[in-house]
Amino acid sequence: MLKKLAISAIAALTLSTGASMAAGAGGHIEDVDFSFEGPFGTFDQNQLQRGLKVYTQVCAACHGMKYVPLRTLGDDGGPHLPMDQVRAYSEQFEVFDEELDDFRPAKPTDHFPESMMETAPDLSLMAKARAGFHGPQGTGLAQLFKGMGGPEYIYSLLTGYTGEEKFEAGTAFYENTAFPGGWIAMAPPLYGEDVEFDDGHANTVESQSEDVAAFLMWAAEPKMMARQQAGLTGVIFLTVLTVLLYLTNKRIWAPIKGKKNV
Amino acid sequence: MSGIPHDHYEPQTGGQKWLHSRLPIVGLLYDTIMIPTPKNLNWMWIWGIVLTFCLALQIITGIVLVMHYTPHVDLAFASIEHIMRNVNGGHMIRYLHMNGASLFFLAVYLHIFRGLYYGSYKAPREITWIIGMLIYLMMMGTAFMGYVLPWGQMSFWGATVITGLFGAIPFIGESIQTWLLGGPAVDNATLNRFFSLHYLLPFVIAALVAVHIWAFHTTGNNNPTGVEVRRGSKAEAKKDTVPFWPYFVIKDLFALALLMVIFFAVVGFMPNYLGHPDNYIEADALVTPAHIVPEWYFLPFYAILRAFTADVWVVMFASWITGGIIDAKFFGVLAMFGAIAVMALAPWLDTSSVRSGRYRPMFKWWFALLVVDFIVLMWAGAMPAEPPYSTISLIGSAYWFAYFLVILPLLGVIEKPLPQPETIEDDFASHYPKASGEAGQTAPTPAE
Repeated sequence: MLKKLAISAIAALTLSTGASMAAGAGGHIEDVDFSFEGPFGTFDQNQLQRGLKVYTQVCAACHGMKYVPLRTLGDDGGPHLPMDQVRAYSEQFEVFDEELDDFRPAKPTDHFPESMMETAPDLSLMAKARAGFHGPQGTGLAQLFKGMGGPEYIYSLLTGYTGEEKFEAGTAFYENTAFPGGWIAMAPPLYGEDVEFDDGHANTVESQSEDVAAFLMWAAEPKMMARQQAGLTGVIFLTVLTVLLYLTNKRIWAPIKGKKNV
Repeated sequence: MSGIPHDHYEPQTGGQKWLHSRLPIVGLLYDTIMIPTPKNLNWMWIWGIVLTFCLALQIITGIVLVMHYTPHVDLAFASIEHIMRNVNGGHMIRYLHMNGASLFFLAVYLHIFRGLYYGSYKAPREITWIIGMLIYLMMMGTAFMGYVLPWGQMSFWGATVITGLFGAIPFIGESIQTWLLGGPAVDNATLNRFFSLHYLLPFVIAALVAVHIWAFHTTGNNNPTGVEVRRGSKAEAKKDTVPFWPYFVIKDLFALALLMVIFFAVVGFMPNYLGHPDNYIEADALVTPAHIVPEWYFLPFYAILRAFTADVWVVMFASWITGGIIDAKFFGVLAMFGAIAVMALAPWLDTSSVRSGRYRPMFKWWFALLVVDFIVLMWAGAMPAEPPYSTISLIGSAYWFAYFLVILPLLGVIEKPLPQPETIEDDFASHYPKASGEAGQTAPTPAE
């Protein structure tokens, strides 16, 4: 079975049949200006907390995030919940404890649960796994200059339902302008006002989609802010080093090149 | 150890003499670092240091990553996420390693094309060139196996496709493929051996790098004029060269630091830009990605692999004459390895007596076209294998072979080269008029 699959994959490649769509290509992706785009972008803590609420009350019904430890909800550069809230949040999930040989409420050291439905993909890395629209013409320029990536795909998918439905082999498919192929098995998850925010923040489909897309970006790349900080520090120090080496080089070579000492 | 006359290490103190008579290691290091280097080297001669740095970076970050990685099909993907989320600084180390591979290949391509333009491959530097090609092949193997380790979708399917290439060899291919994979398909056995080899090969590369350096320290560096350093006497050689330390060490370190600024910007701000997003989906043998593409640095050769389909007349001819033993798939594999083989044979295919492309008016244009061809192939390799991309790949592949097999041999016969400078000193003086005559000699070398 595996071997046949492998052989057919090779055949598909080398014999140049079909296989035309890159992951994510084909659908229409909206560009959203997220707060975390660009070298100086940061996660908006309030937005991540709103996104967490949307995730918990809507997405988590079917999807899981098995790679994300619950304790990271309290981390800097993330939703940054106080530890007591992280503990309280964790307890709503049941996990199987091998030592107890029984289920118990989750602790912050546990991970988010896996997907409840087998057909619902895990969302831990979705914001990075769906960043693949290297347009235009495979150059990746949209990604480079507009900062378009997975969060845009998630936003476009959640807001891209047209309302059309069809049944194929007993399964319902919903028309979606962002999904490759145009028909997705996931029913529209958001209708507007699905979640109430304590601060009365807008809860339209678009607003909730943006919030949950931002949250999933954090879930996929929790160390983004630390990484950008490290990158910036690196760039600054290395720039200083570059200038010093430039001057050293100029000075060393001056006598060889017959120039006066700098 | 260089053939260029220069001052050798003289042990001064009793301790130095004691060591030198037993193990002349200080002398070896001194001669290596003080090697007389043509003083007219331009900025394309920085890539060697960059590559050495890349190798060190990859080995160091790699060793740290191994401390946290688990080579097992059920655990590999999760252990990468463990590195990204739980290991202190793990996300930085992994992104440095990932993007370090890209920097490594960027540098090696520029290094190779530098050699192709300035004729660095020509006698007496053929061995340096061949060792370099071996290093490049080892790098490709190492990078490919490293890409399998995260056990994402592209890891798995990339491994399936590339090991499938060996399956295209007539008669024995399938057995070889099974032997390589350790089973009928890419699985735990494959992951484990790739992990083992991915750890081993960088050290083999390091050894080859030492031989590569040894070889060109014996012949001396090439330079932008292709004119050899004068070796008649120490004084004569000194007019053409400066010691590697500090002149080129500092120059190369400056270039390296500048590259590091860009590298850190990429690692810090867009570490996944060069990777394929599908590799953030765990490997699944039952779901084939719609479009399997290798990493960017393999794309030109991937385009060549896919270019030769069954409807190309060369393929049909090869198939007819071998009675069907060479089919389109095997032809593609032969073409891909052949593309590297013809490059490795450049020293014997290039008939021109002039080394540097600077003094070859016709060669220049064909070379520029080769660079464009390489970039076009890279782009075509990323596109789906269908018209018009398949036609573009075919034309690009044809030019690649034509350059090495037809153009290089012919140019040497028909081209009328431009006059070359008599000496490196003359070339240097034409750039820095004030440097002529005494200045070069009065320049103090820190060793003196």
